[in-house]
Amino acid sequence: MTTEVGSETEVKKDSEQLGPDKAKDKPEETSGTPGDQKSRETSSGEAQDSSVPAPTSQSSPSSQKKEKSSPESKGISRFLPPWLKKQKSYTLAEPRDEPKKKATGEEQVVEESESQALEGVAQPRRSLEEATENRQNDKEKHSVSSAEIQPSKEDGKETEVEEVAEKKEETQEEKEKRETKEVQTAEIKIDSIPKKSPKKIKTVQCKVMLLDGTEYSCDLEKRAKGQVLFDKVCEHLNLLEKDYFGLLFYENSEQKNWLDSSKEIKRQIRSLPWIFTFNVKFYPPDPSQLTEDITRYFLCLQLRQDIVSGRLPCSFVTHALLGSYTLQAELGDHDPGEHSSDYISEFQFAPNQTQEMEEKVAELHKTHRGLTPAQADSQFLENAKRLSMYGVDLHHAKDSEGVDIMLGVCANGLLIYKDRLRINRFAWPKILKISYKRSNFYIKVRPAELEQFESTIGFKLPNHRAAKRLWKVCVEHHTFFRLLSPEQPPKAKFLTLGSKFRYSGRTQAQTRQASNLIDRPAPYFERTSSKRVSRSLDGAPMGISDQSLLRDFSATGGQAAGDKIIDLEAAGQAKLKDGGREEDESPLKTPQLELTQDGKISSLRVDGENIYVRHSNLMLEDLDKTQDDLLKHQASISELKRNFMESTPEPRPNEWEKRRITPLSLQTQGKKGDHIFQVKTLPGKEKQWITMPWTAGAKPEETDKRHASRAEGPCTGVSDADKSSHETLDIVEEKKQAEFGIEETLVVDETNKGKMQVATDAGETCKVEHVSQKDSSSLPSDSSSSSSSSESEDEEVGEYHPHHRAIEEVIREEQEEEEDMKRKEHEEKTQHVEAIPEGSKLNVPVEHTQVTAEDLVQDNTVTVATEEKNLSEQIKQDVGEEKKEEQLKLNGDVSHVDIDVAPQLICCSEPPVVKTEMVTISDATQRTEISTKEIPIVQTETKTITYESSQLDGNAAGDAGVLVSAQTITSESISTTTTTHITKMVKGGVSETRIEKRIVITGDADIDHDEALAQAIKEAKEQHPDMSVTRVVVHKETELAEEDED
Amino acid sequence: MAGLGGGLAAFGRCTHAVVRALPESLCRQALRSVAGPEVDFARAEREYQLYVGVLRGKLGLQVLELPADESLPDCVFVEDVAVVCEETALLTRPGAPSRRKEVEAMKRALESLNLNIVEMVDENATLDGGDVLFTGREFFVGLSRRTNQRGAEILADTFKDYAVSTVPVHDSLHLKSFCSMAGPNLIAIGSSEAAQKALKTMQQMSDHRYDKLTVPDDAAANCIYLNVPSKGHVLLHRAPEEFPDSAKVFEKLKDHMLIPIAATELAKVDGSLTCCSVLINKASE
Repeated sequence: MTTEVGSETEVKKDSEQLGPDKAKDKPEETSGTPGDQKSRETSSGEAQDSSVPAPTSQSSPSSQKKEKSSPESKGISRFLPPWLKKQKSYTLAEPRDEPKKKATGEEQVVEESESQALEGVAQPRRSLEEATENRQNDKEKHSVSSAEIQPSKEDGKETEVEEVAEKKEETQEEKEKRETKEVQTAEIKIDSIPKKSPKKIKTVQCKVMLLDGTEYSCDLEKRAKGQVLFDKVCEHLNLLEKDYFGLLFYENSEQKNWLDSSKEIKRQIRSLPWIFTFNVKFYPPDPSQLTEDITRYFLCLQLRQDIVSGRLPCSFVTHALLGSYTLQAELGDHDPGEHSSDYISEFQFAPNQTQEMEEKVAELHKTHRGLTPAQADSQFLENAKRLSMYGVDLHHAKDSEGVDIMLGVCANGLLIYKDRLRINRFAWPKILKISYKRSNFYIKVRPAELEQFESTIGFKLPNHRAAKRLWKVCVEHHTFFRLLSPEQPPKAKFLTLGSKFRYSGRTQAQTRQASNLIDRPAPYFERTSSKRVSRSLDGAPMGISDQSLLRDFSATGGQAAGDKIIDLEAAGQAKLKDGGREEDESPLKTPQLELTQDGKISSLRVDGENIYVRHSNLMLEDLDKTQDDLLKHQASISELKRNFMESTPEPRPNEWEKRRITPLSLQTQGKKGDHIFQVKTLPGKEKQWITMPWTAGAKPEETDKRHASRAEGPCTGVSDADKSSHETLDIVEEKKQAEFGIEETLVVDETNKGKMQVATDAGETCKVEHVSQKDSSSLPSDSSSSSSSSESEDEEVGEYHPHHRAIEEVIREEQEEEEDMKRKEHEEKTQHVEAIPEGSKLNVPVEHTQVTAEDLVQDNTVTVATEEKNLSEQIKQDVGEEKKEEQLKLNGDVSHVDIDVAPQLICCSEPPVVKTEMVTISDATQRTEISTKEIPIVQTETKTITYESSQLDGNAAGDAGVLVSAQTITSESISTTTTTHITKMVKGGVSETRIEKRIVITGDADIDHDEALAQAIKEAKEQHPDMSVTRVVVHKETELAEEDED
Repeated sequence: MAGLGGGLAAFGRCTHAVVRALPESLCRQALRSVAGPEVDFARAEREYQLYVGVLRGKLGLQVLELPADESLPDCVFVEDVAVVCEETALLTRPGAPSRRKEVEAMKRALESLNLNIVEMVDENATLDGGDVLFTGREFFVGLSRRTNQRGAEILADTFKDYAVSTVPVHDSLHLKSFCSMAGPNLIAIGSSEAAQKALKTMQQMSDHRYDKLTVPDDAAANCIYLNVPSKGHVLLHRAPEEFPDSAKVFEKLKDHMLIPIAATELAKVDGSLTCCSVLINKASE
């Protein structure tokens, strides 16, 4: 009661004291409403407006009292500046809402009314007022309220208003407010009279359709980010392994969008109702690796939905088998007494369920006797995961000839279907770049074995949004399944242009790690879903008991709101009962009879949405030539730029300027092909460098390598304003690799080249940078991590570069070097190393990437070089030790890859993470454009690790030897390709046989690369027992990824 | 229920085989892609008998032998008219019109085995079983002169659990003219450029990584792998007299029980080992 009184007071105040202003405000609001809301809403809003007077007068008696008690506040309010009037306008909304409540004649809780207010009234107002203005208002209001001594009632109301105001920073205050609210709620309940309750204008009620067909509602601040809601839902579900899941909202029945956790909800859904669907977003390829049964349970629920909707096609037999596991999980052992012949027909297992199928299900159900629900779920998943469409997110598109196809995004990559046939597949490692432009979606594909150039394949999606959606899904899947950790968020965000999209959640690797830490008793949960989801619940015992439980719960739970009746226009539902179980942490679900209907509806909706995109004219471009590719991209980018300029209503000169100024760092890329020529300019140095490791022994090498990544820091500083370096160097490396190919280059050399130059000659370094920049078409280069995360505001285009380096070039250095040379270099290096730490601005990013790269191991190329040594060792151990120390010091942040190799492998170095970005534009003149165009970039990281035997002879220095014979053998097995390269050399009268094995381990994240490597080394040793392993070079390649814009 | 496909462990399991005697009309009237020497019927029959003998006697399969039909000169090549996977059989619509009637007898045979039978009735669809490679994890369907997209679609509809990828086949009659499964996860593949190209395509399309066994002769790459409970891995492959080099490659498969079988006569009319039987694994029975 008191609360209401308070609100009345305010209303009174408004009308009496600020009458004129209010009047002004009101019309404004009304007129503004239509613009932002659906017509239906508008009409209701207007209706409310008209009914405003009634409530006001009705409440006047009580408010009068109130006024007496708080005259000061009134008086003060008179002198309040205009912004307070705004506040008044807020209050106006409240009365409006109340009539509605009354009209429905339903008992309502404060929260609910709030949410209604939000839906019906607050939104338009929001649109009317600038966000900043709101904020200001709220702040000021707040301060005012605290400054003034107001009656507690008033205070409470005020707080609510503020709460609505969405101040995230003031969480504590919010909490308090919430408490207040609750109290009020309780009061109202007691009264049980539909009086006007104070409304908080800025919370919104959200509805989330859960996988078991129930609905969860809660109130959110209007400005809440997606994460808030998602966390609430997960908490409600008692779900810890939540990274596999997400919230969907639907633009229409066919277009589903994932709610981005990192962004405000309202910015994403715009004028759509706050209704979401909780779904599996990333289907774990191996559900048995999930930690908790409850997670598997939700995955099962999702899959059952997928199956029933036809999204996940199954054969008859599989339908029956999966159905039988469902029965076992939900009903337990088959009981002939309890389970009459038609017990099954309450469940739905397939889109077209037949009698025959039900019989088969029943038959199979009997065979599962003894399986616990969790075991049955596991069996269900073990079978479901093998279905070819498991976890495949399909998107309609058209190919180059305008033929309807489907693009399927899954854990491993992108699948192309024509009708039900798979006509192509692009695994993530094959994809260099993902982009979209208007309604076109492009993937740039790594050249096939014998091809020289990347090709870009385009698909036409029904519209721009569909293209963007597909792109986002790709970026997210790539990040989740292929990367160790997501990219760092962009530093700058400009809301108006749309913030950049990136996958901000945890990757699969991270979530697995996290879930290993889960330490709680298996939570209790009830499996009752498939009934509810599938068929009406008439008389289903489960549902009923749940219902009663629920009632008990809501009756006892003081906080939980009572039953509410909500007019759910958007959902097309009549009425549903909602437990309002915001705070419910108990495992109890809130299944209710009324909800059964909901369940049905939601599942229907899901079905519909399954059809992602259905229209289109497609063109597919297949560009084989790099040149063409470049040209095309140039063209498209400038076009984009034009578009952007033309289409952006409010250009942000400032931002653009900013970007223009810092362009180099933000968008780098280099194309392999482009760089090849430049590479050649640097060989001299390299050779010198190469000699070093051999003579000096492995350790120095290691040090160097590690430093290589660091070296860039100083480089940059030396060179000039550009942030460059890291990226640039990598590009150079890439060129080299490409050039030297497989045969004669040391990976080590390549990785170190940049560093070496730095060490020896700063000028040189600069040069290198310039060169690479030039050839990379004067692309801005960038510190790696920032580059990937920056970019792209342009709504029209998105790019994502999962970069890969050619990993396979593990090369062998045949040259022996001279000691002194080595020493010299070594010294230089040392100096360099010392210098680096201070100079390196890029330390942090580098670290990051390295770490990332390490675990990401997707494709590994392992080279094991076995060498028969007839030459004496000339390695200086002391030197090695020296280096080691330095190493330790310097590389503290570098994670070590632990590979169990032969003892003689003493060199373990982590070369700089090769982070390359390719720019599709090679022309220097494009630079400005590039900076204007925001292109999200995804990168690939490649890592090279070399293990080298200390026994390596540095002896034959300079003696290249005479090649006697050479032989190459290739063999392939499941996940590895082994290339054996045998060379016989005669050096100084001593014959030396070198066997170099190149083993390419290609695999998905599940492969244990370390193990594969160890195995490969072991095998190599076994095959050539008389030889020793002198060097192991591990080249890991992974992708980093992603970006997007709003 | 072993579950979906039973995993790789069950690959190659087989309890029944359907074969069909060869008609004398085969010698002159069977379709052939290249003109050549006439088929020696007596010898062809001896080879066929040996083949059936191995399946029945040596491997202990229940062999259903359909009678020859002189009006259907190609009827011995039963593989083309039915694709059986687990409990489901798809009766095809062979690409060669002259062979469509072969399906009838096969239908009766499969019905007698209580399989779920799906018929390809679409008149725009053609599919020869020889173009269908089932790896245990997925299907590859060769798009050849005998098999078209529509036929492949129907196959995909029939076996919904599995990915069905299409592979263009240009220079050969069928996809399996140059490849087959030689073990769980092991694809035998010919050395010809076309064969290697097809393999590349398959590798690209697949989420799985298959081992490959490259043999010098395309025709020899068509072999029959069986997983026989008492004998383990069994591989029927073309005889050393026919393809000595390829036979040597097979001999490197140490875990396999190798059974060389000559098919010189049927090879003249594009026949190979897999062509002459439809292998079925009935779980219960």
